[in-house]
Amino acid sequence: MASPEHPQKVKITLNDEIVWCDPNAYIIDIARNNNIYIPHFCYHERLERTANCRLCVVEIEIGGKKRIMTSCNLKPQEGMIVNTHTPKVLEARRVNIELLLANHDLNCPTCAKNLHCKLQRYSGELIVKETPFTGKRRNVPVDESSPSIRRDNNKCILCGRCIKMCGDVQTVNAIQQQFRGFETLVSCAFNEGLGESSCVNCGQCVIACPTGALTERSDIPHVIDALNDPHKIVIAQTAPSIRATLGECFGMNPGTNVTGKMVAALKKLGFEKVFDTDLAADITIVEEASEFIKRLNANENLPMITTCCPAWIKFGEQFFYDELSHMSTCRSPQAIMASLIKTYYAEKADLDPQRIVLVDIMPCTAKKFEILRPEFAGEADYVLTTVELGKLIKEMNIDFEHLEPARFDNPLGESTGAGAIFGHTGGVMEAALRTVADWLENKNFKHIDYQAIRGMETLKEATVHIDGMEINLAVVHTLGEARKLMEQIRSGTCKYHFIEIMACYGGCIGGGGQPAPTERFDEVLKKRVQALITEDLHKEIRKSHKNPAVNKLYDEYLGDIGGERAHKLLHTSYQRREFK
Amino acid sequence: MTPITALADLKKGHEALTCDRITVGLATCGISAGADRTLAAFQAANLPLIIENVGCLGNCYAEPIVTVRQDGSTAIYGHVTEDKVQKILDAIKTKTICKELFLGRTLEEIDFYKIQKRLLLANCGKINPLDIDQYVATGGYDGLAKALRKKPQEIIEDVLASGLRGRGGAGFPTGQKWRLIAVKTGKKILVCNGDEGDPGAFMNRTVMESDPFKLIEGMTIAAYAIGSDEGIIYTRAEYPLAVKTLRSAITIAESHNLLGKNILGIEGFNFNLRIVMGAGAFVCGEETALMNSVMGLRGQPHYKPPYPADKGIYGYPTNINNVSTLSFVPLIMSMGAKEFAKIGSEKSKGTAVLCLTGKINRTGVIEVPMGTPLREIIFGIAGGPPQGTTFKAVQCGGPAGGCVSEKYLDLPVDYESLLSIGAMMGSGGLVVLNSDSCMVDVAKFFMSFTRSESCGKCTPCREGTTRIWEILDKITKGLGTPKDIETLKSLSQYVKENSLCGLGQAAPNPILTTLAQFADEYRVHIEQKECPSHSCRNLVHYRINEKCTGCGNCARHCPVHCIAGRLKEKHVIDQSVCVRCGACYENCAFDAIDKG
Repeated sequence: MASPEHPQKVKITLNDEIVWCDPNAYIIDIARNNNIYIPHFCYHERLERTANCRLCVVEIEIGGKKRIMTSCNLKPQEGMIVNTHTPKVLEARRVNIELLLANHDLNCPTCAKNLHCKLQRYSGELIVKETPFTGKRRNVPVDESSPSIRRDNNKCILCGRCIKMCGDVQTVNAIQQQFRGFETLVSCAFNEGLGESSCVNCGQCVIACPTGALTERSDIPHVIDALNDPHKIVIAQTAPSIRATLGECFGMNPGTNVTGKMVAALKKLGFEKVFDTDLAADITIVEEASEFIKRLNANENLPMITTCCPAWIKFGEQFFYDELSHMSTCRSPQAIMASLIKTYYAEKADLDPQRIVLVDIMPCTAKKFEILRPEFAGEADYVLTTVELGKLIKEMNIDFEHLEPARFDNPLGESTGAGAIFGHTGGVMEAALRTVADWLENKNFKHIDYQAIRGMETLKEATVHIDGMEINLAVVHTLGEARKLMEQIRSGTCKYHFIEIMACYGGCIGGGGQPAPTERFDEVLKKRVQALITEDLHKEIRKSHKNPAVNKLYDEYLGDIGGERAHKLLHTSYQRREFK
Repeated sequence: MTPITALADLKKGHEALTCDRITVGLATCGISAGADRTLAAFQAANLPLIIENVGCLGNCYAEPIVTVRQDGSTAIYGHVTEDKVQKILDAIKTKTICKELFLGRTLEEIDFYKIQKRLLLANCGKINPLDIDQYVATGGYDGLAKALRKKPQEIIEDVLASGLRGRGGAGFPTGQKWRLIAVKTGKKILVCNGDEGDPGAFMNRTVMESDPFKLIEGMTIAAYAIGSDEGIIYTRAEYPLAVKTLRSAITIAESHNLLGKNILGIEGFNFNLRIVMGAGAFVCGEETALMNSVMGLRGQPHYKPPYPADKGIYGYPTNINNVSTLSFVPLIMSMGAKEFAKIGSEKSKGTAVLCLTGKINRTGVIEVPMGTPLREIIFGIAGGPPQGTTFKAVQCGGPAGGCVSEKYLDLPVDYESLLSIGAMMGSGGLVVLNSDSCMVDVAKFFMSFTRSESCGKCTPCREGTTRIWEILDKITKGLGTPKDIETLKSLSQYVKENSLCGLGQAAPNPILTTLAQFADEYRVHIEQKECPSHSCRNLVHYRINEKCTGCGNCARHCPVHCIAGRLKEKHVIDQSVCVRCGACYENCAFDAIDKG
């Protein structure tokens, strides 16, 4: 019975301790809040609870009856006795792991997820010595058809997280289980390759995968080759969010800003120049703000949707090809920086663009796809994700933690706070608003923190009043949420003028190329966001159009904002995309 | 309310049932034995009698089955293949009986039916499945007529009082299930689970093919009781005749206003029925997987809660009952709940519809009062194992059930009794095994079924069933080790306790029950590398004995040429090459080859 001190709570006994808990909470979470970790594969705080891995079992006693039950989908009942680590429970978990190991490609030391694999971790924790089961083992070809994601089903434990992420959260539904029983596989329809499917390369499946089944397609070997080629000049650009996450690859706390160390590490790796994608983000804003004002004045192609996210662009081209006119023609910061390096910078530094190898350090697996778009041919050469950069730094035995901070190179290294916040959900919109407001009212606003579009809700709405106009804004992250908005646009019921869409939960700080938080997913992401907000706050200049480097670039090279040269180098187009 | 008699031509129905006629059982079992050709042969004979197809009488062992009513007296014939039709025609011409094929004058005269009590199956094999006049003439739609005079709540009370329990296996009280959904408001869906997938179970198919209106009537009553306007019969694509029959029956019922809008003139009582075919996954008999399949999703189960009654197909409250369960409902309505409850045992009421297969003399679909001892069924109805062999065990309830040995044969067939020894009613399939059956091999057979039917969703079932099968396979090949028994036991227990749905939770039952009751057989396989019933191929040895005449026939049949010997001298088998196919054994005319 609920007691006066604990209204609306139920009392359970958790490992001999009395715990009052919310009757709608789940045992796995209640235990976690009481500092008891219950191992699990299929459970993920952001995904539907399917209770199919059966690892999170606990022993329950209710009404005198003892039962083994999964804790991820079990709600507490008054008087329930929960034991999370009885010999029977441990044995059940051990057998579970033994069964998985018996059907697993056990080449752990050479696996991309070595030391970051949950199967490996639990196997160690449960002291599984060897699997008593011999016999058939899955042996299927590795899917390397995608430029972004590599699927090795021989390492898949069929937890189903990737499927739920792709289907429920992203509504892309590129993958599903095929065949049944022991033959079950996760793959695309008719077992086609991921590269030919509707996969948008967002990599959220990679983040969700607890084992080495899903990893990014690695470009590290190509980058090493380029760094060792004396005829090449290897240049790096780093996306806004990398500085807020790279530290985690080296055991630092989430939210540690490592900008200086990151630049220093890149220099040590042999990159000749390290440029800041934040500057390209500022250019994006300048172009996008001017585009938006034009559309607003002409009341044309509204709402306008941001196009920094390559996963979203492919999603739109596949599923909403009839609404592509809403997309901003402005390139992503990555693509802007790439085109500037191969044109403006090459010219300025008197370099043959053919000799430049541009490596993008991105939070994103979809960027690997973006640089292959024919319209961007010859610009960026390789994309390394945050995780890959971490690996490369480790491979080269650089003591990251003790590096002396270094600074970005000029002329493409100076940025504003507006560029910094591109890395999290709402950031692009906030940066754009700072410029749009100043320009429309011809003022220099001081209150530029748009709190309404910050935070982790997947749909954030706001209405701002600028120059006598009421502008309705929406910021969405995850493609499922984007789909809802696009349906509104298609049906003519969309009330917004300006929309920011990011495919990944949290924006780029939650990108498919970021280190995957193993626990307390949301908390980790919030800390990463905070790191970028702090960076913005500490910047002297917090508006893109005030960036002197940007203004110099327009004066020296690009000409007018939205002008002919700007259009050629900074804009792009979209078309309907078919998939198998 | 429109009276049923106004809709159906009762007179015509009665006449059809009592006139002189020849009926041929044309359900799937009959057709597979050639009954369609038998029927054609009768039709070609230009007899002055009516010739009609009916459903299945249940005595599958005697298919094709023909019933002749001439001058008011009947004769039931079995094994009437096309070539034997002439014999019956001759008998008809001379107004005599064809003794060679004669089974009995009435069902009661035939041993197979002596202790049966046919309620649910009463019409099967007797009426034309798609003649609604005949159905009504047997008392069909009487139940619905009675039900519609009651309040829905009263029907549920009746079903509760009848003690009817789910015939799909778990035995949940049907009235209680209905009560849970009846209180829900808004749209509700009624599903008939006809996804019968157990090896050795075909009673649902029999009912759907032989008496489809009974099921439709049962569903209509259920829909009225729980307040549903949409019904779905979920069955398998492997049951084409059942699907075809049901489709036609639905159309006929619709044309008589027995389905559709304002049924029987009752304002606001609408019930539409449709068929959804599964793609042939055993797990889709599990209700949450079934619902996914209906919605076009992958047929995989989901944990409960939410229960279907709370959140079912497309989110609507959904009630799922088995074919037999729903088909009992008209009977309960027409005979009265009290009468129904008088049949059966204390906690299991009514009759049990069972399928008899395996090593017995008479196979088929039977119906007996709940609580009938297994011994009476196996030795009485089924006539025991074939001559020269002895009874060993009976697998109750399909792959989810367990093996019952001689020791427990006096156990009554009901939910509790079978559960008490680790077996279950399940679907009601009884697979009888005799001294020729190897229990390790039987366990392996059921495991090969469940492992290939595992949906792959949860780890214990997906990985565990394959590992269990592999260990059993090893043992039957003479490669087992004593440790395997322990691994089998612990892994089976693990899969049972940790799997997500009923399929996985029940999959190890055949292993656990055979391990408990036939431990010796396992031991002999492992320790002596022998199969006591000589059925595991790798453990069987063929040797030529002194009776050999040196005819050379065995050597000619040996596919690997491992038999040598001179003509008219004793031959020898090279054991190192022999693949134990048994061709020599089968082809020796002198009993000169020992198997062991």
